[in-house]
Amino acid sequence: METVLRLMQNRRFWSMCAGFLGFFAVWYGSVKWVPLAPFGRLPDPVKVISEWLNPNPVFGISIFVKTYYYHILYSTYRATTAFFLALALGVPLGILMGWSRKFSDFASALLALLRPVPPLAWVPLAILILRGGEAAVIFVCFLVAFFATVLNTHAGVKSIDPDYFRAAACLGASRKDVLFDVIIPGALPNIFTGLQIAMGAAWFALAAGEMIAAQYGLGFLIMEAYNLVQTPTIVIGMATLGILGYISSAIIRLVGNRLMRWREEVIGVKS
Amino acid sequence: MNAADKDMREAMAVSGLKRRRTRVARWLGGINWRGAVSVAGFFLLWELLVRTKAPGFEAIPTLSNALEVFWNKYLTSARYWQAWAVSFERVAYGFVVSQMLGIPLGLLMGTRRKFHDLMFPVIEILRPIPPLAWVPISILFWPTNEMSIVFITFIGAFFIIVINVHDGVRSIKKEHLWLAMSLGATPMRIFRQIILPSVIPSIAVGMTLGIAVTWNVVIAAEMIASDVGLGRLTWEGYVSNTATVVLIGMISIGLAGYLSTKLVDWVEKRMMPWRK
Amino acid sequence: MALPAGEQVAPRECDRNGTAMAAVGGGVSIRKVSKVYDPEGARVVALYECSVEIAPGEFVALVGPSGCGKSTLLNILAGFDTLTSGEIYLNGKLLASVNRPLQPGPDRVVVFQHGALFPWKTVLENVMYGPLRQKAMTAEEAEKKAIDLLQRCGGLDRVATSYPTELSSGMQRRVEIIRALMNEPQVLLLDEPFRAMDTVSKTTMHQHLLEMYRMSRRTIVFITHDLEEAIYLADTAIVMTTRPGTVKKTLAVNLPRPRIPEMMSSREYLDLKRQAAEGVHEEARKAFERGEREQA
Repeated sequence: METVLRLMQNRRFWSMCAGFLGFFAVWYGSVKWVPLAPFGRLPDPVKVISEWLNPNPVFGISIFVKTYYYHILYSTYRATTAFFLALALGVPLGILMGWSRKFSDFASALLALLRPVPPLAWVPLAILILRGGEAAVIFVCFLVAFFATVLNTHAGVKSIDPDYFRAAACLGASRKDVLFDVIIPGALPNIFTGLQIAMGAAWFALAAGEMIAAQYGLGFLIMEAYNLVQTPTIVIGMATLGILGYISSAIIRLVGNRLMRWREEVIGVKS
Repeated sequence: MNAADKDMREAMAVSGLKRRRTRVARWLGGINWRGAVSVAGFFLLWELLVRTKAPGFEAIPTLSNALEVFWNKYLTSARYWQAWAVSFERVAYGFVVSQMLGIPLGLLMGTRRKFHDLMFPVIEILRPIPPLAWVPISILFWPTNEMSIVFITFIGAFFIIVINVHDGVRSIKKEHLWLAMSLGATPMRIFRQIILPSVIPSIAVGMTLGIAVTWNVVIAAEMIASDVGLGRLTWEGYVSNTATVVLIGMISIGLAGYLSTKLVDWVEKRMMPWRK
Repeated sequence: MALPAGEQVAPRECDRNGTAMAAVGGGVSIRKVSKVYDPEGARVVALYECSVEIAPGEFVALVGPSGCGKSTLLNILAGFDTLTSGEIYLNGKLLASVNRPLQPGPDRVVVFQHGALFPWKTVLENVMYGPLRQKAMTAEEAEKKAIDLLQRCGGLDRVATSYPTELSSGMQRRVEIIRALMNEPQVLLLDEPFRAMDTVSKTTMHQHLLEMYRMSRRTIVFITHDLEEAIYLADTAIVMTTRPGTVKKTLAVNLPRPRIPEMMSSREYLDLKRQAAEGVHEEARKAFERGEREQA
């Protein structure tokens, strides 16, 4: 109750509401009243939301329909599989690169060679090698997430204050101790930044991959709705992708804050 | 010659250091030999996998094969170079427009409290939508295919630059602003001489991230909804089941992405002459 | 000061009960140590034939303007950096020479200028870190000793479960010194630990440090550019020249211990300060002028 009251008095809360209201008003107004053909082809927000919440949707997709959740599950499964693969391979690789100069020399050249090729350009090759859309889509999502994870983890290790290494050496830490007591916790903030970027990148690639080469999933849903000219469904798919992307990055942020309770921002000492 | 210089000479004499390395030696020492080994290993492994027809690699050509085909067919092909031109054009339009709209929006949100409170949540809910998810709506809305692809490219770089500029303004040191205010600078002067220069590094970061995303977006958009461009070229290679073309496409895209990154780096360097 | 390395000095001080306390720190002998950096063939002489004798349990302050090589000397002692000529002995045994590069170790623990408590470990975990990693103590022993030390140093045991970021910078520094003392080092190396502090906190920190020194009787090498601080804290203040760094002046500080802030207005103190000031200011000016030259 108290939180509600405080919210009512918060100027920023009302500005936010005004912002959303304005956004939907502009959307509605431009679709309904702007006498230009392009705007007329778009669905208005009322149509989208009533379709989304309709127990008997006109175009077959709403929160009451099973298929909607199939698509969500497929997309989530692909994105999280790719994400965890990237996590499992990218974080150790990035740490190893920061830990051993030799290893970094070997790996960084290879990464520099492969990185300029946009991961989405891998889609056709991935389908050819992995024979089929399913694995190819996951592979491409993995690739995008992997680069983000490796590079941020490596940058995280590099950004650790050298005095921590020196202090550990003074206190008699072995090379292995340094890895677990300095490198991993020290790189953690950057690792989590990287993981958030990786998750976003995985969704980014997922949408594209599913549009190009999949049978289920929200990207596929959007593309199919386009082919069948079901405009409200297109927007439902877009919004769902946005919500899922937002939720997943919020989860990563939460886990990160739990793991890094020692940080100033978390403790709330400074700023 | 003073005493310190003399001491220095003596110290040099006592130090058992090797002679100064020659230029060539230093240049050779600067090469990442281990990296060269791993890159060579990568190509060797590739060649080996293809030659031994390892599972999944039956349809894949070797690099030498792809280069040969490129030399014979693509180097002089007008359609190939047209693909380059078209993709570059799309990236350029999308990127430039996103910067032209995104930088002012970011600045406005960073400096005007009310505007920030109004706009930021809307930006935050639109941002997580993957750019490619905009493809169908974009095709529906824009009268030409070309415009819709440029629009999606624009989306790809737009939110990144907005957020970076916004955060950049927010992280300006309060002391700098106070100093300017206490010296009696007008708001316009503060904006031009303090805020704008302080935000340039953030703009640069946003540009670097943006250009990479832009290429990703263009490639995918071309595969989904275009009949020319490097992405389309690669896709056609897949459809016609000629992996050589897929490979040539990928290498071309990598090269194009690399070139545009270098170009953006160059622009950024010009924007920040104080950084070495 | 002029004692050969390894020889015991008579205890200079008695603790509160009047019982004599023997020094437990090691004696360090730095003999003609030079250090030349050679990046890209541009030779920079950071140290030139630097010789310092430190008796066991002595508190030595190295004073000099920035860039005089005092940090280089500390880094060499700590084992972070190598030397290009000369030798260092600890308790009469060869510790480091050109052919015997030194590794960092718990016998010479450094307290860093900007602080290097692990922010991801609690105060207690930080303090226990050394003995646990060296496997010198069990967890229970280490915890007992850590709590005891923390408690004796101004009741820091009440923040044992806090993270360093929750502490004031003064508390952080004290915890870091305790973390070093946990290892019972031969030498405690302090690299301008109070540099970023205001005068009031600095004075408080001086009393804390003096108390910790009194309790532990470790040999201390304290680096600073603040002459007053050096004289107030140390048994011997060594003034260093600018690059190439070498010893310019050695001052034996015969102020009685325990030291109290009022001594800063005593005659002996002011005399010492005057003696040292000439040397330091001359060097500071030289360093400044060279800086100007190098900029031009």
